[in-house]
Amino acid sequence: MNQPNTLQPLVLGIESSCDETGVGIVRGTTLLTNTVSSSMDEHVRFGGVIPEIASRAHLDAFVPTLQEALHEAGVTLDDIDAIAVTSGPGLAGALMVGVCAAKALSIATGKPLYAINHLVAHVGVGLLKDADGGTGGRGGLRGGQLPENLGALLVSGGHTEILRIRSITDDVEMLGSTIDDAAGEAYDKVARLLGLGYPGGPAIDKLAKQGNAKAIRFPRGLTQPKYMGTAEEPGPHRYDWSFSGLKTAVARCVEQFEARGEEVPVADIAAAFQEAVVDVITSKAVLACKENGITDLLLGGGVAANSRLRELTGQRCSSAGITLHVPPLSLCTDNGAMVAALGSQLIMAGIAPSGVAFAPDSSLPVTTVSV
Amino acid sequence: MLILAIDTSAVASAALISDDAMEGVVESFATEDTRSHAEVLAPGIDKLLCDAGVSAADIDLIVTGVGPGPFTGLRSGIATARTLAFAWNKPLFGLMSLDAIALEVAESTEAKPEFLVATDARRKEVYWARYTLKDGQLPQLVDGPHVGFASELPDLPVFGAGGGIYADVVNANGEFSTTQPDAASLGQFALALLAAGVELPDSTPLYLRESDAQVPGPRKRAL
Ligand SMILES: [Zn+2]
Repeated sequence: MNQPNTLQPLVLGIESSCDETGVGIVRGTTLLTNTVSSSMDEHVRFGGVIPEIASRAHLDAFVPTLQEALHEAGVTLDDIDAIAVTSGPGLAGALMVGVCAAKALSIATGKPLYAINHLVAHVGVGLLKDADGGTGGRGGLRGGQLPENLGALLVSGGHTEILRIRSITDDVEMLGSTIDDAAGEAYDKVARLLGLGYPGGPAIDKLAKQGNAKAIRFPRGLTQPKYMGTAEEPGPHRYDWSFSGLKTAVARCVEQFEARGEEVPVADIAAAFQEAVVDVITSKAVLACKENGITDLLLGGGVAANSRLRELTGQRCSSAGITLHVPPLSLCTDNGAMVAALGSQLIMAGIAPSGVAFAPDSSLPVTTVSV
Repeated sequence: MLILAIDTSAVASAALISDDAMEGVVESFATEDTRSHAEVLAPGIDKLLCDAGVSAADIDLIVTGVGPGPFTGLRSGIATARTLAFAWNKPLFGLMSLDAIALEVAESTEAKPEFLVATDARRKEVYWARYTLKDGQLPQLVDGPHVGFASELPDLPVFGAGGGIYADVVNANGEFSTTQPDAASLGQFALALLAAGVELPDSTPLYLRESDAQVPGPRKRAL
């Protein structure tokens, strides 16, 4: 295997853990291209991501996406120093396509392969800056350097997690996560209940603006004292979330209006549901930050597009003295650039590649940054 | 002519096939289990090339089995083949995976003028196809591939692991009761077809089953 350039490595990243086939290319911390092909449209009539449909779409999208990424970045496979691929967590069949393709690229080109953790990659993307040397910090974290006390709040159709990052290459800890549905999944299910279509996030966010969030009060999961405990004696789910009870509460509420023969106040329900989700996510995330000395919080995942989530996270972070970093949306949703960004960090830190014999792991723990 | 053949419709296998080599096979490997394709396939191909002293430049084309087979495993071979073909800039073709077993039947003393090839489709079903065989010719696919219950197969001798599993309800050939599609045979079939001037199909997978996804019905309204 060739030795990669460890100062400014040119890394190609491959992502296929859910319904986006992503290929991104970075040089060091500079983003060259971020090419994504989504199968989202094929899932619309099912109201959620169907793993087999996503896997089939990955197989057909991979080579065209790779080709386009190389073209956009103006590089060839020969120029690449290393390849990085999401090896988990994610949908098993979907991961398999990206992993097999990445391994084939590695043996075809002789370039080293890094099997990396998808969740940590959502954080790694924060380090990217624009190819034109933009000063703002393209990925959200200024200057391409990780703040010392960094946390990450990841919210999407596939995950709801709060992480602490001491070192992005080898010391990441899960502080809390959802114990059932991901927040984005809850949005999809509630949107279906309300007849709003898929994906649910944007539909509910839009309608919620016309509704009264205080008209109905929906439960905030895992907020009772027995789950929360205290800072000194934390309960079993102090920083964890649960959205399945909320979804049931919305269903009950809709049924009650129907049973009374009244018109269902869809906008109010959407607003109240969104408020319940966003309130519990942000309050627990900020609590986790305060109690763990986190001073900088990176927001990642597709639900980062949600206007209310951004607003309330911003407000609560600023009153708690936490600096919030939000990468542009194209880097928040699943993509290959984040995989390449983390791969690049691993190379710059001198971490050994994974070889081509590893297995994808649909439940890869966040403590395993690279395999 | 040097062909890299890959098939993961049941087990993971790969082979280098050449019209210059004895019986056509330069090097080959196959696993026994049907669930570790993503781990073993790439290292297997890498070793295959290394053992044979073959580099990308020596390979003329790539052939992949396009199934039918369990989806996730099947895709691992096709994804690998498509990516290698792109990276090396080689032509890529797909062959129906059951053809691999049909060729082995044709070349064996068990050969029959008409027979079925079947592999395990899980969920109590088999993937199967019907072939006819004339002396000195390649087996001819006349029906299939299909997926269905073993008990509903046409009444013909059945070759391949799909017959072996359901030997109680089908006329399974004992010599072939555990045979799986293998890249070496698939590559030989491809070589023979090319020699006969046949144009090979592309690498579109033969899933035969829908994705199982259910379109949700309208929500029941409370009355
Ligand atoms: Zn993600």
